Formats: sequence, C-alpha cells, structure tokens
Amino acid sequence: MDASSPAKDIEDTEDTVSTVTDMPPLPGAPEGAPEDRGLTPKQLADKYALAVSGRRPGLVTYVKQLWRRRQFIVSFATAKLTAQYTTAKMGQLWQVLTPLLNILVYYFVFGVLLGTKRNIPDFIQYLSIGVFIFTFTQQAVLQGTRSISSNLGLIRALHFPRACMPISTTVQQLQQLLFSLVVMIAIVLVVQPPTLTWLLLIPALVLQFVFNTGLSLIVARLGAKVTDMAQLVPFILRTWMYTSGVMWSLTVVSHGKPEWVKILLAVNPAAVYIDLARYSLLDSFHANQLPHHVWLLAVAWAVVVGIGGFIYFWRAEEEYGRG
Amino acid sequence: MADNSTDLLAEAVAPEGPRWETFVRELPPEEGGGYVTVTVDNETGREIVRPYRKVGTEPTVVCDELHIVYKVYGASAGKGSATSALGRLMLRRRAAGVREVHAVRGVSFTAYKGESIGIIGSNGSGKSTLLKAIAGLLPAERGAVFTHGQPSLLGVNAALMNDLTGERNVVLGGLAMGMTPKEVADRYENIVDFSGINEKGDFISLPMRTYSSGMAARLRFSIAAAKTHDVLMIDEALATGDAKFQKRSEQRIRELREEAGTVFLVSHNNRSVREVCDRVLWLEKGKLIMDGPTEEVLQAYEKESGK
Repeated sequence: MDASSPAKDIEDTEDTVSTVTDMPPLPGAPEGAPEDRGLTPKQLADKYALAVSGRRPGLVTYVKQLWRRRQFIVSFATAKLTAQYTTAKMGQLWQVLTPLLNILVYYFVFGVLLGTKRNIPDFIQYLSIGVFIFTFTQQAVLQGTRSISSNLGLIRALHFPRACMPISTTVQQLQQLLFSLVVMIAIVLVVQPPTLTWLLLIPALVLQFVFNTGLSLIVARLGAKVTDMAQLVPFILRTWMYTSGVMWSLTVVSHGKPEWVKILLAVNPAAVYIDLARYSLLDSFHANQLPHHVWLLAVAWAVVVGIGGFIYFWRAEEEYGRG
Repeated sequence: MADNSTDLLAEAVAPEGPRWETFVRELPPEEGGGYVTVTVDNETGREIVRPYRKVGTEPTVVCDELHIVYKVYGASAGKGSATSALGRLMLRRRAAGVREVHAVRGVSFTAYKGESIGIIGSNGSGKSTLLKAIAGLLPAERGAVFTHGQPSLLGVNAALMNDLTGERNVVLGGLAMGMTPKEVADRYENIVDFSGINEKGDFISLPMRTYSSGMAARLRFSIAAAKTHDVLMIDEALATGDAKFQKRSEQRIRELREEAGTVFLVSHNNRSVREVCDRVLWLEKGKLIMDGPTEEVLQAYEKESGK
C-alpha cells in the first residue's frame, strides 16, 4: 500500500527512540507478527482462519444459530402481537373483534345475498372455520412478504439469522389464531357438544403452521428483493381464498366441471387444511366430504414447503439488509 | 491516486511546530503502574489521556484491495411514469435512473486484536460505506474483506423496534444478539442505567418512537455494547449523546478493547478520535490517503481541511 509506507518509516524511527528511553513504542499502525510479514492479505486471512465478511453459514450451523434464537423468535412475535393494537382505543379486544366482523361480512355477502348457505348445514360454523384457518395462512404470507423490509433497521443493526423474522411473523399469526380459536370453539358449541375428533385439530394446525412457515420464508425472500411483491400479493391471496372454499363448498361449486379442475381444487393446500379443521370440529362435516389421502396431502405440503422454503430462504441469507 | 496522496503527505510532514504531541507516560506505582498514551494540546496545555494497550499480532480484519460499487435507484427524475416502466419491462432494459456509485476504491489495511481505529475523511469520502462492507452489508465489487467472527455495525440511523417499548427493545435486542434470557435479565439494569434513558422520568416503558433521536441512539448503543463483540464498528454514535453519555461510551469502548475486541470509530469529532483511537485511517474519495498513528494522521488531516 503506497499511501501507508511513509507512515511506517516514521514509526520505525520512533521504535528506535523508544528502545533508548526504555519506553514502549507509541501505539500506531501495528505490523503483526514478524513471521507474517511476507504474506499476502489472502494468505494472512487463511492463516488466522478469517472468513469473508457476511458469508452465509452452512445449513447445519444456520439451524443451530436459529435454535439458539428460539426465545427471541417467540418473544418478538408476542411483542409484535401486543403492539399491534396499542394505538386503538379498544386495544386487545380487536384480537377477537376483527375475525368476528370478518365472519359477519362474509355471512351477509355470501351466505345471505349469494345464497351459498343453502347446500351447507351449520353454515355459520362452516364459514367461521374457513375464515379463521384461511386467515392464518393469508396473514402469514402477507406479513411474511414484509418481514424483511419492515425490519431493516433491526437487521442492519444486530446480527442474527434472518430466518428469525419470517418465522417470528408466522408464530405471531399462530398466537393470533389461538385467540380466534376461542371464538371459533364458542361458535361451534352453539350447535353441538365437544367430541373426541376435536383433538385432530392439533395435528392439523401443527402441519398448517409448518406449511405457513415455509411459505412465509419463500415470500420473505421474494419480498426482500422485489419490492413490487407487496402490491401483488393481496391479489394472489384473494384469488386463493375464492378457490379454497372458504365461503362455499368446493364439491358443490366444482360439480360438472372437468376432472382436472376437481383434482386441482382438492389438492390445494389451503383447502386441505380448512377441510381437516372442519372435519375435526364439525359433526355435520363428514369424512366423505374430504378429498382422498387428505392427511397424506397435509403432511406432504408441510414437509415440501416447510423444508423447501427454509432452504430457499437460507440460500440468500447474506443478501438481506443490503441495498 | 499516488500523486494525490504524496502531495498531501508533503504538506503534512512540513513542520511548523505541531499543535498536538503524543507520548507514552509511565504511571507511578501509586496510580497503579503501567503506561498511558498522552496527547498534549500545545495551545491550551490540556492533556487527553487514553490507556496504553499493547496490540496483539492476530489480525481481526483484513481488507484486501477492496472496491465497493453500489446502485442508487431513482437518481434521475421524470422516468418513473407507468408507460416508461412498462417499456423497461418489455424491453428488459435496466431501470432508468439507476446510477452506480464507486464509493470505495482499492482500500487495503489489516486491523489487529485490541486496536481501536478511527476513520476520518470529509463527507461522502466512503467512510460509512467501508464500515458497511466490513459488516458484510455491502458486497465487494472487487477485492475482499476477511474478518474474525461477525463484525457488528452501530449506526446512528439504525432503528430497532420503534413500535415497542424501550424495555422490550432491550430484552429483544439482547436475545437477538444470542444472549440467553437469564443473561438479558442480569444485564438489563446495567443497560438501562448506561443509556441514561430513565434519568428524566420513566421513559423505558414508553414506545421507542416517542424518544428523541439522541435518546434512541443512546439506547441502541447501550444495547449493542452490552455484548462482547469481536469487531465493533461505531458510526458517529458518540456524536448524538450529551457530554456525560459520551464519557460513558468512551469508557465502554475501552472495556470492549480490553475484552480483546477491535473497535472502529467513524467520527467528525477529532477529539473523540483522540480520546479513543491509537490509529487512524484517512479516506478521501474512496481512497486510503493515510494510515498511521492518530496524531500523525490527524495533523495531516487538520492541515488539509484547514482546521
């Protein structure tokens, strides 16, 4: 480095002076160990096991780092959830009011005006479960898209595995769902007593949570790079909602349509998780209304999207927060 | 580049009785012994004393001919209309108004364990860009930065979680840096006291968006400084606090060095640099003009900038 060589000369003279007075040399630009003098910067870095700054860790290391942040992920989700309604006067009451109002709107528009409730017994219960379960996935995607861009300050200031952000938003949505679940159970209890099949809701929600997390990781990476994603995602989600049988029965709607349309509608992951929740909670929703191999589908979607999404997100780990 | 820098150096070396002088002083045994580095201001006779610290031989940051080019979006106005955006999509052309800025041009240096290095230079000389690159937040166009562990960058503008209370920010910040909940609980009091947020009432339980910019910067510094970092980079953070906080943070930076870290400090305040740094890098237009002991570089810099 030509610019620093004059400085070194000066320091050398100071070195000789200091040996005379028996004082330690003035601190300045140090030269490192004598045996390292001839090394190129690359060789020096290799010798002391320095790594290229910001390089993405291996997948196993990454999972370990993430596991060490599990408390952060949960606390961050809880903090965000409680902060969500702090500016509203009725505060946390909105956790329950928002889904209730949603159901009211959908019941009026679809059930009453469009008459989709005619073919469905216990329509309000059917609709509520559909709305709550779909909202879980919908919000995970919506918030996941923004999870990197809206936390840039945090990402740039502190170092932690970036997957914490989309995972945390999904945990936040799960916590929100648990609030809604109270409302959902209350609505179902109006028409029937609790049954043993209710327990099936637990594995169904676990699988949906894994699926949602994977999806959230995928859209988080897309949303971090392509800022237009945030505008596009609501439209995709609305289309998805209408094709997932949230406010009508897919078997009724697809009646008389070609076979491939029926198959496509049946394997749709949102429809799979919604139907599983309906089957476990509602007596009036029978097993023959479920698509074939429904649990297999639920597991497959969770595993493929969960693991795939995680790896997809990790592959761009070093790029989040740049720009 | 070579021409430019030798010019500057020639001016710098020409002596006319320097205002500042640095020397090493031995402390008498009753003051604990050991050495301190003293900088004397010959005009006022005031002394700036920093602890003498032997620098290790293990490198912590190796910067090898680093070039940073970053893109600026929306640099030119008037091309953002819908039709022109559509045209770009159809023709697969790069977006108009994207300009490239060559911010760092071939910087090389090696930092060692226990060093505290000041980075100076006029506005837009590439100081903050260099720090971001060391932190791994900007990719290298050419060359490379090698670091020991993961460097942490502490900027003034880095917001934490604005919608959450200061309290939550302390806890979450600690957890995010990889502390256990117990460690966070143990250090909580220290962090809050250090930041001085509660000196004027119970501010820690208010959302961070209600803080003044100085308060927010102080809390962020306190959170980040609560953990031992291999490499800690501070971008003008000291400028935001009041005099009392500046003293505290300088003290904390010294402690961090004792814990075998390397500290980088970007500052426009030469006094902070003198109080903290043993070595200074001087950047101008993305190039390293000078790299050497604090006094040497600062004197050349002050001469050049006419202070």
